[in-house]
Amino acid sequence: MYKYNEFDEAFLAERNAQFRAQVERRIDGSLTEDEFKPLRLMNGVYLQLHAYMLRVAVPYGTLNSAQMRTLALLAEKWDKGYGHFTTRQNIQYNWPKLRDIPDMLDALGEVGLHAIQTSGNTIRNTTADHFAGAAKDELTDPRPYAELIRQWSTDHPEFQFLGRKFKIAITGSPNDRAVTKAHDVGLRMVERNGETGFEVVVGGGLGRTPLVGKVLREFLPQADLLPYLEAILSVYNVLGRRDNKYKARIKITVQENGIDTIRAMVEEAFMGLRGQFDGTDQQLLAEIKEHFAAPDFRSGSTEVFDAAYANDPVFRAWADTNLAEHRAEGHAIVTISIKAHGATPGDASAEQMRLMADLGEQYAYNELRISHQQNVILPHVHKNDLPAIHAKLKEHGLATANVGLISDIIACPGMDYCALATARSIPVAQEIATRFDELKMEHDIGHLQIKISGCINACGHHHVAHIGILGLDRAGVENYQITLGGDATETAAIGTRTGPGFAYDEIVPAVERIVEVYMARREAAEETFLETYRRIGMEPFKAALYPEAQKKVA
Amino acid sequence: MARPFTPKVITANDLLEGDVIYFTAGNTWTRNLSEAELITDEADAQLRLLEAEKQNIRIVGAYLADAKAGPNGPEPTHFREDFRRTGPSNYFHGKQEAEANV
Ligand code: HEM
Ligand code: SF4
Repeated sequence: MYKYNEFDEAFLAERNAQFRAQVERRIDGSLTEDEFKPLRLMNGVYLQLHAYMLRVAVPYGTLNSAQMRTLALLAEKWDKGYGHFTTRQNIQYNWPKLRDIPDMLDALGEVGLHAIQTSGNTIRNTTADHFAGAAKDELTDPRPYAELIRQWSTDHPEFQFLGRKFKIAITGSPNDRAVTKAHDVGLRMVERNGETGFEVVVGGGLGRTPLVGKVLREFLPQADLLPYLEAILSVYNVLGRRDNKYKARIKITVQENGIDTIRAMVEEAFMGLRGQFDGTDQQLLAEIKEHFAAPDFRSGSTEVFDAAYANDPVFRAWADTNLAEHRAEGHAIVTISIKAHGATPGDASAEQMRLMADLGEQYAYNELRISHQQNVILPHVHKNDLPAIHAKLKEHGLATANVGLISDIIACPGMDYCALATARSIPVAQEIATRFDELKMEHDIGHLQIKISGCINACGHHHVAHIGILGLDRAGVENYQITLGGDATETAAIGTRTGPGFAYDEIVPAVERIVEVYMARREAAEETFLETYRRIGMEPFKAALYPEAQKKVA
Repeated sequence: MARPFTPKVITANDLLEGDVIYFTAGNTWTRNLSEAELITDEADAQLRLLEAEKQNIRIVGAYLADAKAGPNGPEPTHFREDFRRTGPSNYFHGKQEAEANV
């Protein structure tokens, strides 16, 4: 895992000291809010509905146990005992006091964490496949590249005042778990003639104008990554609209100018920039790669696991849903669901974070991950340790066997916290999860992703959900719009609206009706919701959702 | 004919704590909506907002929010202000917690 050097540590300490002074000056009145706001946003401090919010980056979702313990410490000492993991591999604290935030940042800095560029019109936390370095289907670990991007983009003078925020996602696996096609730039590692490089996708994004990204370059040699990214960013910096906030993202630049024009401009800029990269970035990359060397995976039989799997149905159910295939013999990737039925998606208590840190240290070579699906991952676990891990998770309410199922919902904070929200998201997620748990249907339903956002900004990724829910304000009342058929993987697609929205107390029954149609119409239990939807189309779902409208037509 | 004016309260967030506060008739801030000044005159509203903003060293983002008169002082007319008055749905935190601890 990447370790900060002295330069990095000094940089963070200095940056935090700067912010501490700015906070003091705001409090004593020498800075007005207008002057202070951009400074606090540069350090991840938002003001939300009921309190401040501090957003901390977990670079490419990777952290060690000490870092996880610090996240727990922040929750306990300066917040209300929990933190909220987001779809951008960040953690948000919902109740910090302004005066305490510098102390929080210092505590983070001691373990190499920070909140820099978690807000503002800059290059945000580069997100990565949460199974990176562990997945069996992986070509190459993408995280050294993500770290390289982080070092290049942090405080990069040219990219601190972009037209809008800029998000990069990277995956080293053909099965895309990083939603690369819904990012400003998506990087997918591919192989060509025995060489690995990147397929570069540009102009994806959710929000007001949801778009699937387009291929800008089919194959980019690894060594050209930074000059090529710099070329993309510089073209965006020039062409990108600044007249209208909603049209300022690169997706609009691509849409308005056409991918061919953008490609020609990027290639030209790239030719000019390439020579300016004298190879230092490649030396740096080589050093970074050493930090990501795979642990020395232990060998040995898996008989303890096999016995538990054969004899303990609760363990088996959990293993079936929450484990993924590891590239090393005898190992597995564990996804710890922080979506207990009825709990707030993505929230973990300080105590749970500490337990996960302990498990990471004891069983997972001191590594943890945060997924964009708002879960926590132990990336490298020997299978024989799984029964012990499961037992510990159970004691702390963390053994819910629902990864990838209907209650593994992504939900943004919505109107319960977010100042931009038009409706609540969290209680809708809670009620759906509770309802399907009561029905005891979720394992039967199988793989199904519900994602909920509390406004059109789409932080909850509803456009790329199998069932997407968008909370709106209709004449002062919460109303929820449904989309079907979205897909966040390598076959990315934006969902289609079913029709008029549903009132707060109608939304859970509406989801139930959608699921009923699927259950009745699927050809076999193996046919997933998305497959069924793609086969039968929208009409049967519409008929179930709007029986009245059908009658009128008839 | 001009549309009738919807009464307003002035609300903001406290600089240090970040929590929701309301402006009172006595030019002070309260954490309790029912103690806020209900402004029923349209011409008054902007003037009162200017008065409130003079205290911008202690507060953040003052604005006029729709409200109506209730038996115990102003009440919200929109669910957003209702949530701001109460706190989040998922935990007993925020205003609801603060009030329980009074
Ligand atoms: C609570 C404070 C938050 C604020 C003020 C906020 C604000 C925004 C805004 C304004 C956008 C629209 C960007 C655009 O399309 O130009 C956006 C998009 C987004 N936000 Fe948030 N957000 C917040 C929390 C979150 C959380 C909790 C998550 C994850 C659960 C998240 C993840 C995202 C993602 C993934 C997008 C996707 C759209 C895109 O970039 O294409 N945000 N957010
Ligand atoms: S989708 Fe809207 S409501 Fe949800 S977190 Fe994003 S900005 Fe807030």
